[in-house]
Amino acid sequence: MAALLGRSCRRFGFLSSGHGARSVSTETGKSLNLYSAINQALHIALDSDPRSYVFGEDVGFGGVFRCTTGLAERFGKNRVFNTPLCEQGIVGFGIGLAAMGNRAIVEIQFADYIYPAFDQIVNEAAKFRYRSGNQFNCGGLTIRAPYGAVGHGGHYHSQSPEAFFCHVPGIKVVIPRSPREAKGLLLSSIRDPNPVVFFEPKWLYRQAVEEVPEHDYMIPLSEAEVIREGNDITLVGWGAQLTIMEQACLDAEKEGISCELIDLKTLLPWDKETVEASVKKTGRLLISHEAPITGGFGAEISATILERCFLKLEAPVSRVCGLDTPFPLVFEPFYMPTKNKILDAIKSTVNY
Amino acid sequence: NTSKLKQEPLSTHHHPCSCRSSSIFHLAKKSVFSQIGKTKKMTLRLRSSSWKSNLLKILRHNHGFGSASHAARHLRQKPPHEPTLRVSQNPISRFCNTMSEKLSSIGEHEDANTQVMDFPGGKVAFTPEIQFISESSKERVPCYRVLDDNGQLITNSQFVQVSEEVAVKIYSNMVTLQIMDNIFYEAQRQGRLSFYATAIGEEAINIASAAALSPEDVIFPQYREPGVLLWRGFTLQEFANQCFGNKSDYGKGRQMPVHYGSNKLNYFTVSATIATQIPNAVGAAYSLKMDRKDACAVTYFGDGGTSEGDFHAAMNFAAVMEAPVLFICRNNGWAISTPTSDQFRSDGIVVKGRAYGIRSIRVDGNDALAMYSAVHSAREMAIKEHRPILIEALTYRVGHHSTSDDSTRYRSADEIEWWNKARNPLSRFRTWIESNGWWSDEEESDLRSRVKKEMLEALRVAEKTEKPNLKDMFSDVYDVPPSNLREQERLVRQTIKSHPQDYPSDVPL
Repeated sequence: MAALLGRSCRRFGFLSSGHGARSVSTETGKSLNLYSAINQALHIALDSDPRSYVFGEDVGFGGVFRCTTGLAERFGKNRVFNTPLCEQGIVGFGIGLAAMGNRAIVEIQFADYIYPAFDQIVNEAAKFRYRSGNQFNCGGLTIRAPYGAVGHGGHYHSQSPEAFFCHVPGIKVVIPRSPREAKGLLLSSIRDPNPVVFFEPKWLYRQAVEEVPEHDYMIPLSEAEVIREGNDITLVGWGAQLTIMEQACLDAEKEGISCELIDLKTLLPWDKETVEASVKKTGRLLISHEAPITGGFGAEISATILERCFLKLEAPVSRVCGLDTPFPLVFEPFYMPTKNKILDAIKSTVNY
Repeated sequence: NTSKLKQEPLSTHHHPCSCRSSSIFHLAKKSVFSQIGKTKKMTLRLRSSSWKSNLLKILRHNHGFGSASHAARHLRQKPPHEPTLRVSQNPISRFCNTMSEKLSSIGEHEDANTQVMDFPGGKVAFTPEIQFISESSKERVPCYRVLDDNGQLITNSQFVQVSEEVAVKIYSNMVTLQIMDNIFYEAQRQGRLSFYATAIGEEAINIASAAALSPEDVIFPQYREPGVLLWRGFTLQEFANQCFGNKSDYGKGRQMPVHYGSNKLNYFTVSATIATQIPNAVGAAYSLKMDRKDACAVTYFGDGGTSEGDFHAAMNFAAVMEAPVLFICRNNGWAISTPTSDQFRSDGIVVKGRAYGIRSIRVDGNDALAMYSAVHSAREMAIKEHRPILIEALTYRVGHHSTSDDSTRYRSADEIEWWNKARNPLSRFRTWIESNGWWSDEEESDLRSRVKKEMLEALRVAEKTEKPNLKDMFSDVYDVPPSNLREQERLVRQTIKSHPQDYPSDVPL
């Protein structure tokens, strides 16, 4: 019951890209959830480039999360098609398509299943341009995968594997926080001349609803966004976790703590300058992600900011993350970096 | 029954055709239940209704068809928004066949004595005998060859005729490859090169297969196929430049020797990881098909590579996607020290084709004429029929795996010597072209001395040429160097100023 209430908090506190100094222009659009925004982006991508393809397991009928609805009917089964159940084949095939100058938009059904494709991603996609001396590239490759906690996903429907990919020079890793962001970031990722791994917070597929402009627009990669301004502490996160973090910021404000919240958006290559400027202002940093704390991407952010902002820091960098266990089912509420864990960490950092 | 269906309201997800006027987009705006929930609901409905109306519900739900005949009309045709690409047996028609069988049997009474059943995927006959398919056929798949061990044309052999010009070019390239390999190998032994891997013994596979392809066919090599590049015009100097990693290397000095690549010759850069190139070739083949090119993708790999998951993934994809790709396996008996008896227990690689629904052939890889003919025929089928073809070329790896290997540690020197002398692909083909009056001893010695001279000069020049600039370490990781790489280059340059002795002097800054 507590878990259910905790989950419903996310629903009400959904974070839309409206406030904050550097937000995307608030044009009105249609009210869409995340999977519909992704779907719109895919329709636009396929419409704007006749040599683009969408494929993966079950994408033909619309996909298990409905992200590919209507694509096969509109663009034909030669451009939007099901593949055999084989992630290494899906990504390997996609690399070949991209190497011939096409846009290959590949779907991995759950990020938990991306590992068979890891060799193709690391040893082929990431090195394709470099090893050939720029004679070849597979920049047209975009790999989309739903990631993150969903309330009942357990070991194999909840993983956040972004840290593995952030360690691979040659690819980009992008994680949107909302429907409007997702559409713009996905279009940028598809059109970016480098292979991109795009993790979609599955929790937000239906839970998040936002005004999304209907036209073709792109949000730049490797640019972090300050979505909430503050003076006492900087919080950095990505994806669905930002919703939780914002709730913690609201609670902290009631206790007189002014929090600055940054959406990293692109984890590789990541925008160090924006985070550095913020921490130089606030003197404190807290990073939060669902992935296990050890070796998580928060460690990279922490180490970099320590190097750049050591003398400005008033307290150690705090990380509020998932625990070092496989993602548990019954114990999910204990595993997750909850609002109160973050709030406690904000307070202890401020009171250090 | 039919009239009742026509009165039913439009579903939110309906088939965009002229049968009904409708808009194309229908995002499920007010979805009430999750995907999983919906399936559950559908399952419940299926349990309570008749078989036929179940089918119609599925058709309407998934495709928006109003009736079985509506579905039949459309499933047999292209979807309306597809470009007019006439591909034989495109994916939808496979789906059609299964559906058609189902549809055609609607209303038929199942005869109690009928010995077939309509499982998903089609009809299968039953048998009351408990029979296992044997793990192997009684006889091994025969090996196609045209020239006997002595280079004589086998009577009644079928082959694709080659002109004198092409035959002489094939032979000359085989000789050139052999000399290039020997000289590079020696250079490594002398410490002039860091590493090398020869293709000795596999010259016929390399050159004859390349000769049967067109320059537009895209190549995804493993690492023992430099002969394909050679055939297409890569010069000895270009090979040497890559081996020395100098500033003229197209790869900009980033990889070990023999990791060649050439976009102008449609030869994708070698990567040392085994079999990773195979699924890439399938994707490239699909692109060629969609772009309606008169070309195919060709990928090479060894017997060892067929144990990798990527090989199986690629074969299956190629069959399902109906991709025009040639899978050429150089079964040379060894994966470093591992003989084929430790690699698989099937009758080689050729029999694996059938498991994936792929047409296959086994060919004598040391018979240049047979290789040429097999690849030529396979290419035609692949492109015209939009299908993959598997070619298992039997051969022997005469050289060591690489300069880091001494193969006498795991196989007898006699065995190596026998294959090098008695089964040499060059001598067999030479006998044949000489018997046609197309070659002579004089031309042989002229060619060999010319190539040797050219090779040694190429080595000399490559060795002297300076290395690529340090900035080439940081470029091409992405299309444009991101801020972290610009920062790292700056830091490295600072370090070099402080400790120049730690760094090689032949890399210009």
